Amino acid sequence: MLGILIGIAAVILTAGLGLGSQQQVGAQISALGSNLLIVSPGSTTSTAGIRGGFGSASTLTTADAAALASKVAAPDIGAVAGVKTTSLSLTNGSTNWTTSVVGTSESWLTVRSRTLAGGRFITAADNADQAPVAVIGSSTATQLYGSTDAVGQTFTANGIEFTVVGVLATAGSDSTTNLDDQAIVPISTEANRLVGGTSKNSVSTIYIQAASAGQLSAADQEATSLLLQLHNISASSSADFTISSQEALLSTATSVSKTLTVLLTGIAALSLLVGGIGVMNIMLVSVSERTREIGLRKALGAPPGAIRRQFLVEATILGLAGGLLGAALGIAGAKVLPHFISTVLVVSPLAVGGSIAIAVAIGVIFGVYPAARAARLAPIDALRSE
Amino acid sequence: MHAAPTSAPRGVGVGDPTDSVPVIDLHGVAKIYATGALSVRALDGVTLRIDEGEYVAIMGPSGSGKSTLMHIIGCLDVLSEGAYHLAGEDVSELDEVDLAQIRNRRIGFVFQQFHLLPSLTAWKNVELPMIYAGLSKGARRAKAIEALRRVGLDDRVDHKPGELSGGQQQRVAVARALVGDPALILADEPTGNLDSTATEDALGLFDELHDQGRTIVLITHELEVAERARRIVRVRDGRITSDSAHPDVGRDLVPVGARPGAHQAGAGT
Repeated sequence: MLGILIGIAAVILTAGLGLGSQQQVGAQISALGSNLLIVSPGSTTSTAGIRGGFGSASTLTTADAAALASKVAAPDIGAVAGVKTTSLSLTNGSTNWTTSVVGTSESWLTVRSRTLAGGRFITAADNADQAPVAVIGSSTATQLYGSTDAVGQTFTANGIEFTVVGVLATAGSDSTTNLDDQAIVPISTEANRLVGGTSKNSVSTIYIQAASAGQLSAADQEATSLLLQLHNISASSSADFTISSQEALLSTATSVSKTLTVLLTGIAALSLLVGGIGVMNIMLVSVSERTREIGLRKALGAPPGAIRRQFLVEATILGLAGGLLGAALGIAGAKVLPHFISTVLVVSPLAVGGSIAIAVAIGVIFGVYPAARAARLAPIDALRSE
Repeated sequence: MHAAPTSAPRGVGVGDPTDSVPVIDLHGVAKIYATGALSVRALDGVTLRIDEGEYVAIMGPSGSGKSTLMHIIGCLDVLSEGAYHLAGEDVSELDEVDLAQIRNRRIGFVFQQFHLLPSLTAWKNVELPMIYAGLSKGARRAKAIEALRRVGLDDRVDHKPGELSGGQQQRVAVARALVGDPALILADEPTGNLDSTATEDALGLFDELHDQGRTIVLITHELEVAERARRIVRVRDGRITSDSAHPDVGRDLVPVGARPGAHQAGAGT
């Protein structure tokens, strides 16, 4: 019964871990933006070496981003946001805070699937005017302005005074960066007034949102051919950019969680088997301890079927009890475990109900043999036993 | 006073001297235990007839075959040769399931070790045979309490065996034997585990049941217990060596000599 208990708890935790990691991956993907393609500058293959940051090697430009946004050249692309990131110190009076300043266009909000907590986002007009406006993340707002409303406040960066026009809603963090700690400014403002120099028109990343999930691979092909054409490269193998999609990320994440799930399921299955044998043992001991009772019941007129039923019912109750306790343990574990390891556990009613059903089935299956043995006992021998 | 047999008479034993169907009718019964090449005839050609309302003691030393005879009579074991009719029903050819039903309906057992289930209260112990007879819970409880009343334990219905004396436990066992209204009460050394007071108590109870017209077969090796019966059958080496009416028995019994299987008259030993 302890085995069943542990087995069922393991099944519930395993299912919870699997579901949890699936939800985590799903959450990360929606945090990055749905139907997203990421165009990065640089090497075509991983062995070709990584080119220097913002210098002559920066191969993606604001012009590339503008071309990709063309509905004629790339009909499967829904929205495009070129991003130029730089790290700057923002100053508000005596307070300062260093964060990544992201220069982009008005479509960034949809492409990255973000929402605003207050104010407005940067507009096409802001970009045309190289306006000194910024939309900041919630953490950045707290660092610079404390609890006061950030919208309408100002900060200074590189000697230019920016007005905060909006605050982003909280999004947490993806694997590498805090999504709540950044300042979004018009890309033209950043290129011309914050960075300047020869690389002012280069972008660090272009985010492309496909028009729909089904158009993702078409959008990928259109973006590749368009960029090759713009960069005057004939062979796709020598492309000076990389397009990656969420799919690749997703498949890696799911394959890892699948391996984990298979492993844990194996452990759970083993402990259920051990638990089943445990139930059989308990029942066999019970049969031999209660030989006299069986003999008496048979002498009083119990047919073999009635004895078999009695022991099967007892084994089923054992399995059910083990299953219920295991489910309780599993649910408790799912509540406690996330406090110790950074993982999400989701207890699904299906896993709980299913594993209790498994426990009952184990009780029945491993109860059959002891029950048959009890039913076969000859009443006289059984009555004589001590 | 005597209750009519519950089933119609059929296939009654040969040489039936009376109109009524005998409760037990064994004819040429043998039980052979074969272990490898060796075979032991535990019973060897036993013919015995016990009529309704009789109070019979089966006596014999250990190894005499009296236990085997008791198992055959109690339908706990199948016979190897011969024929056995219990209350008119041929039970020689029945399988395990049918034998279980026969035991349930026809025989009330009283054992030496009482064989009460320690976790159940008195009335729950008494109700056991009726569970297998398929009676409703309400009917079972009413009948169990009635049976306990008949053995004088109506104030102990909710006591567990551990809370009762040995004599009281055996009374519960007797109530359990009575409850299904069986054709035969079969008591296997019922006083073997009782002190002399409780023995007297239990034998008094059997006397009462006999007076009520119950058929009682009592297996014992104690002469003073056997002497309470109206007829004593002695068994040795798998055969009946004597079958006699008790000297004090009144005229209400069928003469012993008229019985098949009564090889020798008079008290043995």
